[in-house]
Amino acid sequence: MLRNLLIGLVLAGFVFIFYNLYTTYEPKTELTGIAAHYAENGALEVGAANLVTAVVVTYRGFDTLGEITILFLTASIIAFFLKLNKEDEDKIIIHRGTSELLITASQILIPMIMLFGAYVFMNGHLTPGGGFQGGAIIASAVALSIMANPNRQINHNVIIWVESISGVSFVLLGVLGIFLAGGFLDNKIIGLGEFGTLFSAGAIPIIYSFVGLKVGAEISNILNKYQKSQKES
Amino acid sequence: MEYFDLGKISLLIGFLLIIIGFWGVLSQKNIIKIIIGFAILNTGINILMVSLGYIKGRTAPIIDSAVQQAENHNVLNSVVDPVPQALVLTAIVIGFGVTALLLAYAMKLFKAKRTLDINNFNDLKW
Repeated sequence: MLRNLLIGLVLAGFVFIFYNLYTTYEPKTELTGIAAHYAENGALEVGAANLVTAVVVTYRGFDTLGEITILFLTASIIAFFLKLNKEDEDKIIIHRGTSELLITASQILIPMIMLFGAYVFMNGHLTPGGGFQGGAIIASAVALSIMANPNRQINHNVIIWVESISGVSFVLLGVLGIFLAGGFLDNKIIGLGEFGTLFSAGAIPIIYSFVGLKVGAEISNILNKYQKSQKES
Repeated sequence: MEYFDLGKISLLIGFLLIIIGFWGVLSQKNIIKIIIGFAILNTGINILMVSLGYIKGRTAPIIDSAVQQAENHNVLNSVVDPVPQALVLTAIVIGFGVTALLLAYAMKLFKAKRTLDINNFNDLKW
């Protein structure tokens, strides 16, 4: 009883704070400060049509590097945490059986979902998409294939190599920016190209493709660990 | 007309989701339900942050035909704030990582005691 009362008190406190915030909130009417700078000069300086991508990959590219490091850390901790014994490794997962619908649909859908994921991360500088979203879409194809066949073997070497190569390439592209352009992760190491086309915005499509591959590989790795942990007795 | 402002509506939805999420985290007994509450809380905070960058009558911060056709032909006067959206992109990824870790812990806890009821995990209680 006391517990419910305390929970109610905490929630009432939140309601009180949020009510005051809501009633005194005044919406913005114009861009100010750094946002105005990004909106005014983003197209000229970075060449990306999507200003969010310009902020994420170039203006705050270092942030993105830290972000994929955190994802890598999560995947490593989960791999360490859900490690299997030698004898469990070869077991077969016993399951109820998957429906015919799911198996057939997954055969048709998985290549298309993968293709869509690649489209999303390659067009991150033009459309509302990007590396993280594309990577998550690719990982959803992996999740579908695991659901269709719970005993599916996912090639661990492919995941590790894709992840390592794209991570190293991302950092190398950033270091190239120090020598060829204005600083770490500057996207002007190659020409900016024509504004609004696929091959524009300098290195952004390349960097975002690497980010997409890395995120896809990492989430697939996490899914694979979850799948394998079903074998544990 | 003031009550149907899109910015205010999304602000309200964000606050509501945060309160629902806190309620789930505090009051549920099942660990999976606590994690779901945590994910709802996460979503609420993200919606709140995006809605803070909303400016009435403006379009997404993507410079394409929608921006060219807007009045004044000026990017500065026709897009919403891109910075909160970029930060929320970061926050979503971190939220994903934390949720994945929580689920892994939940699996290990279930393996240890064959139950997901939080009341049975009182080893650190004094």
